[in-house]
Amino acid sequence: MADTRRMLNRVAIHGILLAACAVYLVPLLVMLLTSFKSPEDVRAGNLMTLPVEWTVIGWLKAWDTVSGYFWNSFMITVPAVLISTLIGALNGYVLSKWAFRGSNLLFSLLLFGCFIPFQVILLPMSFTLGKLGLANTTTGLVIVHVIYGLAFTTLFFRNYYVGIPDALIKAARLDGAGFFTIFFRILLPMSTPIVMVSLIWQFTQVWNDFLFGIVFASGEAQPITVALNNLVNTSTGAKEYNVDMAAAMIAGLPTLLVYVVAGKYFIRGLTSGVVKG
Amino acid sequence: MAGLELRGVRKTYGSASLETLKGIDLKVEEGQFLILVGPSGCGKSTLMNAIAGLESITAGSILIDGQDVTDVEPKDRDIAMVFQSYALYPTMTVRENISFGLRIRKTPVERIDEEVARVAALLQIEPLLERKPAQLSGGQQQRVAMGRALARRPRLYLFDEPLSNLDAKLRVEMRTEIKLMHQRLKTTTVYVTHDQVEAMTLGDCVAVMKDGEVQQFGTPETIYKNPRNLFVASFIGSPPMNFVPVSVAGNAQRVSVRLNSDEGTAVIDAPGLDPALIGRTVLLGIRPEQIALNAHGERSGQEHDGAGVPTRVLVVEPTGPDTLLYAEWNGIKVCCRVAPDQAPAAGTASIWTIDARRAVYFDPESGERLA
Repeated sequence: MADTRRMLNRVAIHGILLAACAVYLVPLLVMLLTSFKSPEDVRAGNLMTLPVEWTVIGWLKAWDTVSGYFWNSFMITVPAVLISTLIGALNGYVLSKWAFRGSNLLFSLLLFGCFIPFQVILLPMSFTLGKLGLANTTTGLVIVHVIYGLAFTTLFFRNYYVGIPDALIKAARLDGAGFFTIFFRILLPMSTPIVMVSLIWQFTQVWNDFLFGIVFASGEAQPITVALNNLVNTSTGAKEYNVDMAAAMIAGLPTLLVYVVAGKYFIRGLTSGVVKG
Repeated sequence: MAGLELRGVRKTYGSASLETLKGIDLKVEEGQFLILVGPSGCGKSTLMNAIAGLESITAGSILIDGQDVTDVEPKDRDIAMVFQSYALYPTMTVRENISFGLRIRKTPVERIDEEVARVAALLQIEPLLERKPAQLSGGQQQRVAMGRALARRPRLYLFDEPLSNLDAKLRVEMRTEIKLMHQRLKTTTVYVTHDQVEAMTLGDCVAVMKDGEVQQFGTPETIYKNPRNLFVASFIGSPPMNFVPVSVAGNAQRVSVRLNSDEGTAVIDAPGLDPALIGRTVLLGIRPEQIALNAHGERSGQEHDGAGVPTRVLVVEPTGPDTLLYAEWNGIKVCCRVAPDQAPAAGTASIWTIDARRAVYFDPESGERLA
């Protein structure tokens, strides 16, 4: 009796999990299948059927169209992610280990940055970038992303460093280490999990950003999200769904890759400090 | 020359009117082992941090080997510290942990290797040098933490409750090793603890602290035998000193106090007490080992310059090396320490004799020593 009940429980649990997986994965499957179909195939067939003839025409065409913007996205994302992570780590270090009068207030104010809707700051930011002569430049966009990423990266690192015993810092000070030596030789090497969290978070945010991209970059400097939108929204000619799907896959691959490579740290980093040990 | 001298050290946090350190004056000769002991919150860790330079002080000055270091950065004070949590750098190997301070100070590589080898041999941690702290047991981490402090050959060692995270057996072992190490190296050492056994066994001198003040400063023996006030008397010693309220009687020539038990009464001479106290209640302090049991129940008090109190044993607690007996005098529970083979059964009545020369008296209100 008990065995049958356990069996039924199992089936139910696994059934639900499989159903949930399907909900997430079917669109991906449709995208992949469609991207490998020929335009005729797309028009003739049903969404779920396998391609009659597997072809990479769609992928080649998509790459031709968006590759420039793909590299744009890299030029924006990589510096923005690295700079915001590094500064966030330094901020977190200062706020947790070199607390000064008012540092808690400063931290609370900084946290507002996590909750500000980005639409709100579009106009003042574009005004500021204009004054700085950085309007419509990649540098300008990187700066915007760094600034709005700092709230999150500072939060990550500050909370991680709060859990590290102060005695470690004291020991290093007595050993003769200064502010930056302690940071680079002691704290940063033990920050791998939270660095990974910060990198994944920032990479996903910046790479997937559309709003800042469409407002603060134009023409050839646009990131891939904007280019993808332009591609899909073209109203001339027949809809090339295979190209759209392939382009969307290309746009999504880097974040997927980052998550696969660093994902285990992400889970570990988010839960670190939840239980002691 | 004084190894360490504190002159009127005061510390106030922020705008708080409460002082954490209320003017600490201490002077330790070079090569001596100073213990700072006291309950948590007494300011001993703050004082330790102040000596290390990790916290600034509000007033006063700190001198190491005669040099005023009050405004000197921690790294330039030539101090090494062992922390309660060990504070080993987790990403570095034992070798890197020990040599970190030397590498920061740009010591030549050969010197560093020499120094690591010396320290590792001294602490018997050679096989562990390439391991990371997470791969070490608590006792091994403790050794590495000491190794890191020893490597720089500083002028002053600071130990901040280094043994409190170890289990009881290891604690005793490491205590002996620390003492041995100090006898060999003869470096001035300040050791913070709340464990009065460590305070008694390790120190050349002990400063008992409470509420940001030094209650008494002296050799462990003085502090044990001659406590200056009620707090010191009660804090040092385990099981603690017995404190029995007694009323002072007698006349100007012969002052005495009275002890009552269910079995009878004893009048004990208190030659040190001021006759002006006659009629008042004072606290008699007597340590558990300063009470002797008369096995045959005879009165023999006069012979020992002590006085016998007829007493019935309420509880017997064998601890192994000695047995603790509990009874009641003047309505207060008192403890007596005897050899296990002398311990009577619970309920036995006998004469408990006080070593009156060692008895101390305190003012019950102020806690100050009266005699």
